[in-house]
Amino acid sequence: MSEPREHALARQIERGLVGFTRALRDAGLPLGVAQSEAFGQALAWIDPLVRRELYLAARATLVIRREDLAVFDELFATWFGGPAPARPQATPLAPRHNREEFFRTALVSYMAERADPTAREVEVPEQHRAASAHELLQRKDFADCTAAELEAIARAMRALRLDVTLRPSRRLIRARRRGQLDLPRIVRDAARRGGAVLALARRRRKLRRRPLIVLADISGSMELYARILLQFLHGVTQRHRHTETFVFGTRLTRITPQLQIRDVDAALDHASREIVDFAGGTRIAACLHAFDRQHARRVLGRGAVVLIISDGWETGDPVQLDAEMRRLAERAHRVVWLNPLLGRAGYAPEVRGMAAALAHVDDFLPIHDLRSIQALAARLAALPRRKTTARSSQRARPGAEVQR
Amino acid sequence: MSEPAARAGSEQRAAMASREVLTEQLAAHGYIVDDALAMSVFLALRMQRPLFLEGAPGVGKTLLARVLAELFDTRLIRLQCYEGLDLAQAAYEWNYPRQLLELQGRGGGAVDDLYREAFLLKRPLLQAIDAAADRAPVLLIDEIDRADEEFESFLLELLGDFQITIPELGTLTARHRPIVVLTSNRTRDVHDALKRRCLYHWIDYPSLATELEIVRRKVPALGEQLRRRVVAFVQRLRREDLSKLPGVAETVDWAEAIVHVGRPALDAATVDATLGLLLKYHDDIERVRGALATQLLAESA
Repeated sequence: MSEPREHALARQIERGLVGFTRALRDAGLPLGVAQSEAFGQALAWIDPLVRRELYLAARATLVIRREDLAVFDELFATWFGGPAPARPQATPLAPRHNREEFFRTALVSYMAERADPTAREVEVPEQHRAASAHELLQRKDFADCTAAELEAIARAMRALRLDVTLRPSRRLIRARRRGQLDLPRIVRDAARRGGAVLALARRRRKLRRRPLIVLADISGSMELYARILLQFLHGVTQRHRHTETFVFGTRLTRITPQLQIRDVDAALDHASREIVDFAGGTRIAACLHAFDRQHARRVLGRGAVVLIISDGWETGDPVQLDAEMRRLAERAHRVVWLNPLLGRAGYAPEVRGMAAALAHVDDFLPIHDLRSIQALAARLAALPRRKTTARSSQRARPGAEVQR
Repeated sequence: MSEPAARAGSEQRAAMASREVLTEQLAAHGYIVDDALAMSVFLALRMQRPLFLEGAPGVGKTLLARVLAELFDTRLIRLQCYEGLDLAQAAYEWNYPRQLLELQGRGGGAVDDLYREAFLLKRPLLQAIDAAADRAPVLLIDEIDRADEEFESFLLELLGDFQITIPELGTLTARHRPIVVLTSNRTRDVHDALKRRCLYHWIDYPSLATELEIVRRKVPALGEQLRRRVVAFVQRLRREDLSKLPGVAETVDWAEAIVHVGRPALDAATVDATLGLLLKYHDDIERVRGALATQLLAESA
C-alpha cells in the first residue's frame, strides 16, 4: 500500500464509503461509529475492488436489522452501480421508507376535516358549571361530541393511569418475610458482624407489568371513534413501556413506533401516514391472521393482555374468525374486546362473526365515553394474576362494569 | 490479547486464510454456508467480533457454533438464555456456603479475603474469558431473545471489551478473546446497542442448491433422485402459510425417514404418513395432509 496510485485509490474508495454510510444513516439505518469502524477494518481482509466482496463485507458490518436489508441493497446498488444484488427472498420496502407515497392518506384528510375552526372560540365553562359539564362529558358518546368536547376528553384521558396486572418475573428482590434465603446478603451481613449470623435475609420474585397489545379497528364504521381512540392509545403507549399497537381495516399496520413520539399531534400525524386503509372496509379475521404470522411470536411471548377495539360490524367468515380468535386466546394471558357500540341502547352482539369471536374473549366492554375508558383502566388493574381457562364463564357481562 | 492465528493449530490457521478456505473447512465439518454467511463468519473471526445470528428456528444457528468449536479444536461453552437469567447463573456467583463456613470457623477477625477467587463459582461467561485456559473457547450465547432486556446491558461490557467486572474482586479480562456466537429466534427485538458490538447476520432458509448439498452430506443413503424430490418438496412447503415452517433439521430428519420407508419414489401416502417429522403443529399437519400434500408434490416435481 505504499504506491501513490494505490493511495489515491484508497482515498477515493474511502470517500465513496463515507458517502455511502451517510446515505444509509439518512435512510434510517441505526448506524453507529462502531459499525463504520468495523467496516473500515473489514476492508483490510477483503478485496474492495471486487463488487460482491465489498457488498458482503458492507452488509456484514453495517446492517444490524433484517428489515434494513432491502434498503441496504437498494442503496448499495445506487452507490456502487449495477443491479441490486439478488436476494433469495426479496423483502418489500417498509412503508416508513416510502413516506411520500403515504403522505396524504384518508386519515390525514379526515383529521383536517374534523378540526373544526370554530372550536377554538368555545370558552372554558365557568367554575360552578364546570362540574356538571364534566359530569355530562363523562357519559357523552364520543360519536356525539364536538371537537372542543373531544379535546376536553383527550385532556382527561392524559391524566388517566392505566395499570396492567403484574406477573412474577424470575428476577429476585429483597423480601420482608416470605421467600427464599438471600445468601449473598447473609454472608455480607455476617462478614460485617465478625461471622455471626443474626438475621436471615430473604428474597422473592420481582413482579413486573404484563405487556399490552392493542389491535384497533379503524375501518369506516369506526370512523367517529378513531381519532379519540388513537389519542387514548398514544397516552397508553407513553405511560406503559411494553405496549404494542396495531390498527386494522383491510390490512394490519403496526403503529407502535409512531405512538412513541411524545408530542400527541406529531405522533398521530406520523401514525396516520402509515395507515393506508383508513375508513375503508374490515377484514378482522385476515388481519388477526397477519398479526399471528408476523407479530404474535415476538409480542405475545410474555403473558400479554390483548385489547381488541372494534364494533365487529363486518367480520368476514365466522369460521375463520373463530379459528383466529382461538389461536389468539391460547397465546394471550387475557383477551379484552372493547366495543363502542356496546354503549348504545339496544345493541347486542348479534352479528354472527361477533358471536364467534366472543366465545374466546375474557372481557367484553364498551368504549364509547370517558366513563367507559375509566372503567377499562380499573378493570385492567384488577385482572386476575393467573390465566383463567374457562373463558365464557369468566367473561364480564356487557354493561356490568359500567353501571352507575 | 493474542493474535487469532496464535491460538490455533495449522488447520485452524488455514481456515482463516480466506473466505473460500473457511467455506471449505466448514463444509468438511458438515456445515454448508453461502457466501454471505461465510463473509460474516470470516470477518467475525478475523476482526475478533462477536457474531450475532438471527433467524427462524431450525436454520442452523446453534450448529454453526458447535462446528466452529470442532474446527478450531476448542471448548464450546454454551449459555442457554431464559427469562430471569441473571449474573449468578450466567457469569459468576460467590460460594456462600463456603464463605459462611470460613466465617464461622474463624469466629470473627479479618474478613477482607472472603472475596477471592477460591470462593468464586465460575459460570459460562466467566469461564469463557478465564485466563487459565490455553486457547480461546467458542462461547455460544443461545437464544438471547429469551433473556430479559436487563441481561443484555450486562453483556455489553463482555462483548465490547471481553471483560467482566466483579465489584468485590476487580475487572477480569480475557487473555484469549473467545469466539462469540449469539443466536436469536427473534421472539422479541434485541437492543441495537448489543447488536452494534457484533457482526449481524440474518440466516434465511437455505437455497435449493445449499439444502441439497446439506442432505447429500447428512443422509448419504438417500439416492439422488429421491433427494431432489424430498428437498424440492420442503422448499415448496416453506412457501405455504404455516404456523411453523420446517427447518433444515426437519428436512434432514425427514430425509432419513424416507430412507427407512424404503419406497423408490416419493408419493402422497408416504408424505402423509411422515408429515409429523416436518411439521410440528397439529393445525399445520391437518392443513397439509391429503389434497394439499398431493398438490405440493405435483408442483415440486
